[in-house]
Amino acid sequence: MRLGPQPGERIDRSKLVTFTFDGWQVEGFEGDTIASAAFAAGKRVFSRSFKYHRPRGLLCCSGHCPNCMMTVDGVPNVRTCVEPVREGVVAKAQNVVGGLDFDLMSVTDKIGGPFTPVGFYYRTFIRPRKLWPLYEKFLRTAAGLGKLDEHAGHSRRYDTEHRKARVLVVGGGQAGRASALAAATTGPGVVLVDEDARRRDLELEGVEVIAPARALGIWEGGLVPVDAGDVLYRFRVERIVIAAGALEQPLVFPGNDLVGVMLPDAARRLVRDFAIRPGERAVVLGADNECLEVAEDLREAGVVVSRVLDLRESSPGALVAEGRKGRIRRLRVDGERIDCDLLVASGGRQPSYSLLAQAGARIEFDSALGVFVPTDLPAGVEAVGSVTGEGLARIAPEPAYGADGKCFVCICEDVTTKDVKRAIGEGFDSIELSKRYTTTTMGPCQGKLCHLASIRLYARENGTSESEIGTTTARPPWAPVELGLLAGRELTPARRTSMHWRHAEAGATILWAGPWKRPYAYGDKPEDEVRAVHESLGVIDVSTLGKLLVEGPEAVELLERLYPNRFGDMKPGRIRYGVLTSDGGRIMDDGTIARLAEDLFYVTTTSTGADAVTAWFEWWNAVWGYEAEIVNVTGAIAAVNLAGPRAREALGRLVEDADDVSAGEFKYLDAREIVVAGVPTLALRIGFVGELGYELHFPSPAGEHLWDALVAEGARPFGLEPQRVLRLEKAHVIVGQDTDSESNLDSSGMSWLPKLDKDDFVGKFALEHFRQRDVNERLVGFAMEEDVLPAEGAQIVVEGRPVGRVTSARRSEAMGQVIGLAWVPADRSQPGTRVEIQVDRLRRGARVTHGAFFDPTGERMRS
Amino acid sequence: MSFLLACPSCGPRPVDEFAYFGEVTKRPASSPTLRELTDYVYFRDNVAGVQREWWQHRTGCGEWFLAERDTRTNEVLKIDLPTPARKFAS
Repeated sequence: MRLGPQPGERIDRSKLVTFTFDGWQVEGFEGDTIASAAFAAGKRVFSRSFKYHRPRGLLCCSGHCPNCMMTVDGVPNVRTCVEPVREGVVAKAQNVVGGLDFDLMSVTDKIGGPFTPVGFYYRTFIRPRKLWPLYEKFLRTAAGLGKLDEHAGHSRRYDTEHRKARVLVVGGGQAGRASALAAATTGPGVVLVDEDARRRDLELEGVEVIAPARALGIWEGGLVPVDAGDVLYRFRVERIVIAAGALEQPLVFPGNDLVGVMLPDAARRLVRDFAIRPGERAVVLGADNECLEVAEDLREAGVVVSRVLDLRESSPGALVAEGRKGRIRRLRVDGERIDCDLLVASGGRQPSYSLLAQAGARIEFDSALGVFVPTDLPAGVEAVGSVTGEGLARIAPEPAYGADGKCFVCICEDVTTKDVKRAIGEGFDSIELSKRYTTTTMGPCQGKLCHLASIRLYARENGTSESEIGTTTARPPWAPVELGLLAGRELTPARRTSMHWRHAEAGATILWAGPWKRPYAYGDKPEDEVRAVHESLGVIDVSTLGKLLVEGPEAVELLERLYPNRFGDMKPGRIRYGVLTSDGGRIMDDGTIARLAEDLFYVTTTSTGADAVTAWFEWWNAVWGYEAEIVNVTGAIAAVNLAGPRAREALGRLVEDADDVSAGEFKYLDAREIVVAGVPTLALRIGFVGELGYELHFPSPAGEHLWDALVAEGARPFGLEPQRVLRLEKAHVIVGQDTDSESNLDSSGMSWLPKLDKDDFVGKFALEHFRQRDVNERLVGFAMEEDVLPAEGAQIVVEGRPVGRVTSARRSEAMGQVIGLAWVPADRSQPGTRVEIQVDRLRRGARVTHGAFFDPTGERMRS
Repeated sequence: MSFLLACPSCGPRPVDEFAYFGEVTKRPASSPTLRELTDYVYFRDNVAGVQREWWQHRTGCGEWFLAERDTRTNEVLKIDLPTPARKFAS
């Protein structure tokens, strides 16, 4: 089947490649595409059409049209005409029941005529409404493209690369190459991209050539994403040169989609690149020399060219292609029969202006050429070559020839001239509306082969001009792109503390907590860890806390204005609990503020709040300009909370002088710099978990050393879950868990915290207004009457109506009951009030409580 | 949005390195009425045109600055470092 060696052919005849095509074993040569090898082996049908399941063969053979789309090794909608063949590759037909040559669904083509006009689905399948799921299932199976293999998983890896270029040239034709070379003489940073794999080996001095690759669009700021298969290059460029050329337009006539009807470039490529004879008897039909000259190539390849018709010389009234089993047999020109099995036809070429239109160029109808050309290019964008209309011949005189039979305007979506006329008849009078109704230009080719034809048809039917009709908006991507490429690789950075591997070694269950990986518990009995803290000694890694240093002569003024709290009266070495509010009075974050010196504060935030709080502090200080520096030291400083009745005794053994941590020397809410197991440490005596405890902050690298030392002293590691139980027993609020964007200090039970006599603080104005109104709901504690555990988010029900919600709930061994926090209406918020909580469809009683459940006076943590 | 924004310390960088903090608002001096407070907290001019707004080079140097941007074209006309109001009048 192959011709003798052709000058410049791409195949290597010494290397055979075997692969599977629609279930057949096919042989090809290295350098072949899947489609060229299959064509050489006698295959002519490559796909079935979208709606009518008509057989389709190679049309453009350059990666634009949908006709050669198949599922290749599980990847759907691969254009096999440009996909290189590889040993063992499996190309499967898509959207068929049966096979390519005999598709059961092709019955739609035979009998579907009256049932499949444009808009048929919209009008017909809406009633009865209940049946829609059934209709949908059928329609989605009957029409469409390839299917994604849900089980393929991450079979391919995609990457994104950020790059810069001084000049990016899109298109490697004559004009593009000349522009690239000219740009290279003025300096480095010139890149040329071309979608044609043949340009891979193109060598241009001073120019980097990327092929096959496609520029997908032009975004503001000179951003041009380039699809290079597995890599998406995000180019930032100073100057963009578009040399995208012009695309051959199919002629519109009955039977124009038959297998054997080809665009000139397709025939040319089959002969020159792959040494294949595209047919035996051919007719060539065209309106420009590029098309008509193909006759010469065909003759040299041994094809009998029965007729060459120049549409510029004589414009036939009717053209009809007739075939058998979907393949062309003859062409009728004004009634005259010409037998052929190959029809090379083109109406001329249309500049591919899409990228320029996206960049902001105006698209104008050139009445001399009969095509649309770009004008008014934005700064930094140039167009060269035939994309400007340069060198193009006038388009074929008629938008469509003949009227009988199926005359396809849009090959991708199976839209015929009849459909377009019908849409116009139904009143879709703008091209944008008609596009949406008929879906012309919305298929895989994105209008490359049908946009011009549909506009011309529209103009003719409406008796107006093409410039009156205008073009539809060009949007990226210019060519179909794999979603995987846009998504890139899944890269989720995980933050781990410097003690992380100790937790893993101890068998902890690790879970995500914001950006951090944290231990949930060290085994399947979190209650044992809770008990250890209550009865003896526990240690938890709290390195994830946000840690900020605020330093400067005006540090105290800055903090006084950021927090509702007062800090001016704090002595160095003391700690205060602080809550950040917004100017709307809402609670944003909480933590502790330790005054280390007159002008130095150590601030902790919630684990997920560190970055936001740092940005918040810095923003307010950009507004106010206090003489204070804010440094986020979260990553540099590790922290553990050593808690339990034995905490003092254990810590005493690890410091040089146990008196430093004695009850008299180191009191509740004191901050001290001590040396623990040789590590300089800032120790904060605070009690999130409600027992005597020390939060030890120290340089991150010493994490494992200090952790080991504490564990050796008998501290039992505890995870997040036991910590949640312990803090709930103390009714300590977790911001974001128990509060939301509607919570303020008064409603959350912290009305003691803000100092309204301060001149100003963020949130003060709002709080003043809150205080003039009644509080509608309050955050309170509750204890269940029975041993049932409500879900977090469970409803509080009064008289059958939901009036509140549970924010936290746990079974507490120490309290012997289920306890929690909940938002309840203000009139139900008094201690002892009975409320009902929805638990598993049943309403269960609970009593409202205020303050801590466990050790309400705080003796244990102050001890 | 893919425009370039000129950080006062780092120069032009892709906009996705920056955090947007909304248009510049005027915080009431003291004891605003509920109307004034609500205006300040919740209402924005949302102009189609040039607007003065806060940005932070969040994944870069962390600098907070002001930009004058045309919201229709994303053209940035001016970049300023903030001039702090200093202390509040007591």
